[in-house]
Amino acid sequence: MKVFITSMLTIDLDSERWECASCGHDIGNARDNYKKGLLVRERDPSEVHAPILDKEKYDFTFSPDPDWCAILEYCCPNCGHLAEVEYLPPGHPPAHDIELDIDALKAQWAKREPLDKPVLGPDFVAPPHSH
Amino acid sequence: MGDDMDIGGAPSAAVQDFLKETSLYLAPDPEIMNNHGLEPRTAFEDQCIGKEGDPVRLEIVRERILAGVNESYEMLENMGAAPGAKWGDCVSAVYTASGDLSLASSGGVVIFCNLVQYPIKFVNKYWSGDPTVGIKEGDVFIVNDARYGQAHNTDQSMMMPVFHEGRIVAWAGATVHEGENGAIEPGGMPSLAEQIWDEGLKMSPFKVAENYRLRRDLVTFLQNSVREPKLQYADMKVKMYVCRRIETRIHEAIAEYGVEAVVAALRMNLEDTDAEVRRRLLEWPDGTTRHAWWTDGTLRENVQIKINLALTKKGDEITFDYRGSSPEFTNRSNNSLDITVKGMLAQLFLTFIWPDIPRNQGVLAPVKFIFDNPSVLKPAFGTPNAQSMMTVFTAWSAGQVCAMKFLYSNPKKYTRVLAPWFNMINTFLFGGLTQHGEMVGNVCADINGMGGGALADRDGEHGCAPIFATMSDIGEQEFIEEEMPFIQIVSKKMMKDNQGFGRQRGGMGYQMVLAMRDSPAFGFMLTAMGAKFPNIPGLFGGYGCPTYPLSRVSGVDVFEILKTDPGSFRYSIEELMNERPFKDAKYTTHPMTLGYTLAQRGELYMISQGTGGGFGDPLDRKPEDVIRDLDEDLISHDVAWRVYRVVYDNETLHVDEEATEEAREAMRKERIAKSKPFDAFCEGWVKDKPSGKVPYYGCWDDKTMVHAGSPDTLHPAAQVNPPVIMANPLQVKIDRLEAELAACRKGQG
Ligand SMILES: [Zn+2]
Repeated sequence: MKVFITSMLTIDLDSERWECASCGHDIGNARDNYKKGLLVRERDPSEVHAPILDKEKYDFTFSPDPDWCAILEYCCPNCGHLAEVEYLPPGHPPAHDIELDIDALKAQWAKREPLDKPVLGPDFVAPPHSH
Repeated sequence: MGDDMDIGGAPSAAVQDFLKETSLYLAPDPEIMNNHGLEPRTAFEDQCIGKEGDPVRLEIVRERILAGVNESYEMLENMGAAPGAKWGDCVSAVYTASGDLSLASSGGVVIFCNLVQYPIKFVNKYWSGDPTVGIKEGDVFIVNDARYGQAHNTDQSMMMPVFHEGRIVAWAGATVHEGENGAIEPGGMPSLAEQIWDEGLKMSPFKVAENYRLRRDLVTFLQNSVREPKLQYADMKVKMYVCRRIETRIHEAIAEYGVEAVVAALRMNLEDTDAEVRRRLLEWPDGTTRHAWWTDGTLRENVQIKINLALTKKGDEITFDYRGSSPEFTNRSNNSLDITVKGMLAQLFLTFIWPDIPRNQGVLAPVKFIFDNPSVLKPAFGTPNAQSMMTVFTAWSAGQVCAMKFLYSNPKKYTRVLAPWFNMINTFLFGGLTQHGEMVGNVCADINGMGGGALADRDGEHGCAPIFATMSDIGEQEFIEEEMPFIQIVSKKMMKDNQGFGRQRGGMGYQMVLAMRDSPAFGFMLTAMGAKFPNIPGLFGGYGCPTYPLSRVSGVDVFEILKTDPGSFRYSIEELMNERPFKDAKYTTHPMTLGYTLAQRGELYMISQGTGGGFGDPLDRKPEDVIRDLDEDLISHDVAWRVYRVVYDNETLHVDEEATEEAREAMRKERIAKSKPFDAFCEGWVKDKPSGKVPYYGCWDDKTMVHAGSPDTLHPAAQVNPPVIMANPLQVKIDRLEAELAACRKGQG
């Protein structure tokens, strides 16, 4: 049974593996940090948040300062979809951001119906128009 | 439950008893302030619940009282004189006799009333039995000192006991973000505060009205202490009558349903909320999610300040562990009280995760908190906190990100998973003499124009609402201009490319281009982080917001230019700054941390509100959605290609689907080619300490050890010695210039 942990990552409860939600690629042990099975690259923040003000003329341009901020992009090694983007001070250790109790997760889902896609949640329904 | 797992030591019971008997000063009571959970049921509550236990009947009573509270909120919003009241930065609520927040108005700011529990508990504990004070029917108490329980000192709350047959059966409360409070700078949120004494009014909870009448001697004292004496008086009257309306509606409910039903409804509302929150937490996976974020300054200098969160959910409980966050700044105002963090997180659950849950403090009963004591999120008693938003909003967003990583997998959701909301107060504060000769000091309603985060299936909403009040207003610009001597020449116009990119994009922020016109003495102030390091990330592959500067054009009177050469004006920050249309004017950029500065007629002050975070990989964004944003001038051709890789005809904007898919596939291949496996990447990239290019505060990799500015020195968290004391930025500048001067003179000699 697959559990949709993020929009790009699923956990297969039977094999206890992280998988890419886009292509099904095996990413790693569900008890471990999923980032270990992804590819990472550093982006200069101005490649993403390009200066809106002329950087020749101004100190502050709407683009983050590279001495303060680096952007790490994590993608699936098979399909290249982005799974996570992390903003860090340069050199700061990346977070182990999702660490789930897999035994508890299995017990929880043993009582649940499998899903073929993630549940979005309730739709907004506008109240009826009345005067 | 609800007690903090406090990391500092607590005095022994014997010491506490001794202090109680001999106390010369009733400071905030740690027993009250460290407990955000529910008070135990009183004997009377037990008795009432025994008699009135039918949940259907209690729900009817609850709805009846809520209708009264909502009516009182309408009064507050419509009669309140403070700009904050007019735009919804206010709230009214009912508390139990013990002081727990049981029913907040459906509109308004939940954190405000969540924190009023503390001063009510203080009044109950210290003033009820004090022969010089006491609590009688018709009394009203007031508070604004955040350390006794307020979100910040710029808010003022009034609290009225509701009696029935000689017994307190509930409390009514009303809170308004008043703005002006006599601090060292106008507007109530002084960045310059280096001591708590610079923060203005310090109202501990005290009685300000008897027999439903304000004591004019005390009102005069308060008026005498602030820049807006009329506002002070007007809103005290408003808040008192708002409380009185709640009292009336409770009395009517008692007359109709009996006192037992009313007391039982208020108490069971809390217990039922606690139980329902626990039931919902059981639906979350067990585990820990982690998120750290950095704010980039104290409002006086740019430094890197870490907010570190590990959110652990186990069974029906959840723990916010903020250890490893920055040490406190003992002479800066950017510290946040822990009660403010807790109140904001109540708001997170009640508006962004479970908006269907009754708005009361039962929502935090299953929640634990851990802070380093002291730290930037739990400062010592004497540490300023007037600009707590500079750290508490980051702490809130860290909580939002961590919660979303638990929520996505849940088969049962109560609202949608959301990328981070924009979280910073990108708005102008102002002060001075108006065109009507009035002295004012306050904040623009644009504070409420934060961009919404993207959802899994929908873009975020532009300029939507602040994180602390989902139902508030950004105000009518023309209405503001009737009262204030400045205009927004460009107002509420979205800023191109100011977008949280993603499969679904964040709701964008608008530009504000201000110029002062009709005053001999009027100035502006800005108090926002995020000019160096962005304020929020995206979610699940989406990007966060960019950084936001203040842009200024000085040495020019644009009102004269609009008269003589209107064609030369440009209606966006980008064009005004890059094209520099006014000869001889000076064009500069700054962090959004402007101390109160007197404005010259017609010079421009320009900022932008922020965008919410994006959701998912931007390469998965539907090309037609990219084209729509392009067509609406929300993004440039550069972004459409560089970020979204959409190929289209530049004239017709007709998409070439095939070429777009090819370009996107090439980009994904490029990602793979340019990336490394995680461990190999970390080996080369991760450093064992901060770079040293930027002063750094907080932990690096080990949350028990924190930096206090230097990359080379570590301190045990909560034991930073010497404490962080920042130098006066002007002195720093003078020292640097004097050194330069000395070097020059030496060179000449
Ligand atoms: Zn994949």
